[in-house]
Amino acid sequence: MISVRLPRRLTPALMLAAAFSLPLAAEAHRAWILPAATSLSSDDAWVTFDAAISNDIFHPDYHAMSAAGITATAPDGSEAPLENIHTGKHRSNFDLNLTQRGTYRISSAGKFVIASWEENGERKRWRGDASQWRAAVPADAADLRITESARRLETYVTAGAPTETVFKPGNNGLELVPVTHPNDLFAGEEATFQLLIDGKPAAALTVEVIAGGMRYRNQQDEMTTTTDQQGRFSVTWPAAGMYWLNAELEDDQASIPNATRRASFTGTFEVLPQ
Amino acid sequence: MRSLIAPALLVALVLPASAAELTISVEIPRLNVAEYHRPYVAFWLEQQGGSTTTLAVWYDTKLKDREGEKWLKDMRQWWRRSGRSLEMPVDGVSGATRPVGAHSFTLRTGQAPLAELAPGDYTLQVEAAREVGGREVVSIPFSWPLDGAFSNSAAGSQELGTVRLDITP
Repeated sequence: MISVRLPRRLTPALMLAAAFSLPLAAEAHRAWILPAATSLSSDDAWVTFDAAISNDIFHPDYHAMSAAGITATAPDGSEAPLENIHTGKHRSNFDLNLTQRGTYRISSAGKFVIASWEENGERKRWRGDASQWRAAVPADAADLRITESARRLETYVTAGAPTETVFKPGNNGLELVPVTHPNDLFAGEEATFQLLIDGKPAAALTVEVIAGGMRYRNQQDEMTTTTDQQGRFSVTWPAAGMYWLNAELEDDQASIPNATRRASFTGTFEVLPQ
Repeated sequence: MRSLIAPALLVALVLPASAAELTISVEIPRLNVAEYHRPYVAFWLEQQGGSTTTLAVWYDTKLKDREGEKWLKDMRQWWRRSGRSLEMPVDGVSGATRPVGAHSFTLRTGQAPLAELAPGDYTLQVEAAREVGGREVVSIPFSWPLDGAFSNSAAGSQELGTVRLDITP
């Protein structure tokens, strides 16, 4: 029943540790950061957020996401402090004071390496920061398999008019670049976004979009679309509400030779009524 | 003397012979609700394919720490079209909320907040949002320039009564 996707060969204990001890629940299938509002007036607006890992999107009923790895970036590029952080059984929550006008990005992102190899007849595993794998894995490791994984979980909120400074790509993992601004979404309208992988267009990638409120309907009702050669995709919002958007990539273009590259982008988007 | 005469001449040349007058009337309906708050109301002019001009915004301007601005976003269409780009309060545009009843105000072209109107199709938009209540937008389209006097009205069904636009070119 648990919709958490994990590498098949990890033990249950390791699975739990992997999923929940990391700032970003790296292997969780449905992690989310949910803002209470995304479009704010006043020069001293506050937004409260929930962060959790759950089966039903935006219904905290499974596991809190640690707030330790969540950062907020202000319109001028500086880091904005999260305030009143609390972690409960099923969710973490925190507040953000929007003291600048423009768009803030709230994100949890991480890059790590998973290595496994044969040693004395048994399978050894290591998982950690990408900069440390060479020291952790024996130089002569047999049957070495390496996965380089970048995960990103984001949402955006705006005080006043939307701005785009926080969308400047870091060329690291899967990143979303607006064509339509994510805080300018309205029911019945089409929005277009671009996905980049390590700074280059992420072409032919499947993007899944699911509306919140799943507890009150019988089907997932997910919408799927595919990015074009420029990494662009479009979504026409069927109704106002909160939406969860996810794209995952796996290929052989890792920076480590012969490694698998994995990357994911997950975002929460609010669509307002006309 | 020269420095005084030159600007005076300039003003005389720039001002049109007579500015058009736009009179906007709106009825704030009496609502039979347990908790009533006066609505926030925004008035703006949209030129098709062109600019948007906020004409008036009625909101709680008297709250301490400009707390009333927190709810401006609830006039969602106005917020999207114009409000979010403004620095509130705006002189001659920001005003206090109005009680139940009929209200009207008159604007002249070429005088703030209304600029000279370029020829084109326009829509007067009036949006009301009420605390613990609903939200409604009423629209009145017109074309500019006009041959003679223009008058049209449209009625809301929830948060706004009759909205009327009279233009004397």
